[in-house]
Amino acid sequence: MAEGTIATAGGIAARHEETGLWGFTKPQAVAFLLMLAFVLVSPFFLYPVFLMKVLCFALFACAFNLLIGYVGLLSFGHAAYFGMGAYITGYAAKAWGVPPELAILMGGATGALLGIPFGWLAIRRAGIYFAMITLALAQMVYFFALQAPFTGGEDGIQAIPRGTLFGVFDLTADLTMYWLVAAIFLAGFLLIHRIVHSPFGQVMKAIRDNEPRATSLGYRTDDYKLMAFVLSATLAGIAGGTKALVFNIATLTDVHWAMSGEVVLMSLVGGLGTIFGPVVGAAVIITMQNYLAEFGAWVLVIQGVIFIACVLAFRRGILGEIAHALRVKL
Amino acid sequence: MTVNRRTLLGAVATAPVWGALPFRSARAQAANTIRIGVLNDQSGLYRDISGPGSTQAVRLAVQESGITQRGVNVEVVEADHQNRPDVGSTVVRQWIDRDGIDVVVDVPTSSVALAVNTLVREKNKVFINSGAATSDLTGAQCSPNTIHWTYDTYNLAKGTGGAMVRAGGQTWFFITADYAFGHALERDTTAFVTAAGGRVLGGVRTPFPGTTDFSSFLQQAQRSRAQVIGLANAGGDTINSIKQAAEFRITRGGRTKLAGLLVFVTDIHSLGLEVAQGLVLTETFYWDLNDRTRAFTQRVGAMPGNLRPSMVQAGCYSGVLHYLKAVADMGVAAAKASGAEAVNRMKAMPTSDDAFGEGSIRADGRKLHPAYLFEVKTPEESKGAWDYYKLISTIPANEAFRPLNEGGCALVRS
Repeated sequence: MAEGTIATAGGIAARHEETGLWGFTKPQAVAFLLMLAFVLVSPFFLYPVFLMKVLCFALFACAFNLLIGYVGLLSFGHAAYFGMGAYITGYAAKAWGVPPELAILMGGATGALLGIPFGWLAIRRAGIYFAMITLALAQMVYFFALQAPFTGGEDGIQAIPRGTLFGVFDLTADLTMYWLVAAIFLAGFLLIHRIVHSPFGQVMKAIRDNEPRATSLGYRTDDYKLMAFVLSATLAGIAGGTKALVFNIATLTDVHWAMSGEVVLMSLVGGLGTIFGPVVGAAVIITMQNYLAEFGAWVLVIQGVIFIACVLAFRRGILGEIAHALRVKL
Repeated sequence: MTVNRRTLLGAVATAPVWGALPFRSARAQAANTIRIGVLNDQSGLYRDISGPGSTQAVRLAVQESGITQRGVNVEVVEADHQNRPDVGSTVVRQWIDRDGIDVVVDVPTSSVALAVNTLVREKNKVFINSGAATSDLTGAQCSPNTIHWTYDTYNLAKGTGGAMVRAGGQTWFFITADYAFGHALERDTTAFVTAAGGRVLGGVRTPFPGTTDFSSFLQQAQRSRAQVIGLANAGGDTINSIKQAAEFRITRGGRTKLAGLLVFVTDIHSLGLEVAQGLVLTETFYWDLNDRTRAFTQRVGAMPGNLRPSMVQAGCYSGVLHYLKAVADMGVAAAKASGAEAVNRMKAMPTSDDAFGEGSIRADGRKLHPAYLFEVKTPEESKGAWDYYKLISTIPANEAFRPLNEGGCALVRS
């Protein structure tokens, strides 16, 4: 993989790695400030609901990338945590009148509670078997969501109230909701960044690059994998819960396997194993879905062509290629 | 040619040349412009019953309303919701917030329709639903901004269940898709069958989604010796069960009839008469029903793919035509100012058009018109292209839909 060349080329930058704020290297700090500026300024000239969707999916893709990009585990069932997070948040907010901040946390807890048994089972195998186990478990969640009475079957949970944050901020205003989503996204993003650059993250990367060696050094790799899995599932649940509040709906689309595929696509297009890649990937895919909706059937064709183009020629993804060209780590 | 980065980048660099792509021009903020957004499935299962054909029908309605001659501009835009509620919801939010859309039309797929229903109410615009089946739109989730135009599950269940028993189908067996929609369809139809004096001999639940082999279920149905096999499923499940029933020759000989609870004329077209013959179904519009429907079909022209209009597309025409009549009646400014007021005006006026004849709109937003129980012709009976149905019975408008007080709509109680 290209990781090796990047590491040597960016050797000088790497020496400063742990000294910067939050462990950002200089190029990462620049990229983060650019992203922060965009998050802060964009709602004033772009449509806030669209931006909220991008941020929800960006967080989802980042959570997924934590697993594939840094532990090397391809989960094909992340829709289960995303979707159930959305359902539980939606149900709590609608049926029990739970305030939004608590409802979203419940979504995250749902992701974690699902992630523990699913992860425990799935990490026993690697590669394609791991992917298939996660897919099979996610399909079970899908059928549960289809049959369980509280999910409303194929109609989904509709008209979920956004509520008032901390009993003060009325979230029905799109811009107020946007700031909440932006805060959740940034917190999740920084958390993932912190995880990746912590000693725990170093072990994760060691497992990705050479698991037998990590074992021989005395790490219980299964424990690390499970922890990474649960963290990823939790963040996916939070992303799902946030999305349910933004759109006031939680439906089968969120737990469908196509959603698991979509998050793989986002990470691939953006750049696997780059911290900013999934954000860019999510933005690209969601932008296409929204602005190309007018082209009707062509959306899926265009999406497919872009996917093929990425796999054929830009295998590191958009950000991966940029990072490679600039010889920096993003 | 090898595909590499250079060729791909080259292709992207020439992208501006592809300017022929139909990008929409920037909108003009004119006060006397009515903007209609047609939201439906343009790429999936429901493309044939709605899709671009609905937009074509809406354009005909705009043209025939004569409103443009009075100096009112009408813009029609369309989008694909890909059968995903979040995509549909985002599109409609943008349409209303950014593009100034006044009325959203069509929207098949119940989950998307219900999401749009909530949104349009919140923004006080108009929602004319033609494509979705859920009777919740005029029941528990009814809205002062929504009119459910063409059909609903209750309507189809009543047509096929009740009228079928009166036409001689006394004993029933259900093949039901095992999820909420299938259960609801079976429950409603059972109620009508027993109310009309029929009997349900049994039923079987088929796993959903993913059942492709219906043979054992069909044989179970055959063994029950029921006169009617009710298909409480939709889309691909219905198509597969009809095809396999034809392979088993279940309906030949005329003793057993197959009753589809959610089948459209375009499905019959793609199945072919050889396979679909003898199937019984309910629709509220059929192109060859009478002189007026034939005239409408003539005017609207061939739908994309050289199809005849479905009842959903006809509903889009009829709904938009009536909306524009209300706009002409109350003035553009008033209609744009409040969607609920526009809907109230629509409810106050009787409807009349070639597709559905004379009708009215009820307080809960339910459009009322007759429904028709059809039987699919055999290839010998069919006299030409698209000659598919023979009429078994007509269910009058006041009986075709759920009674007003049974839906649980809050607008009715107040």
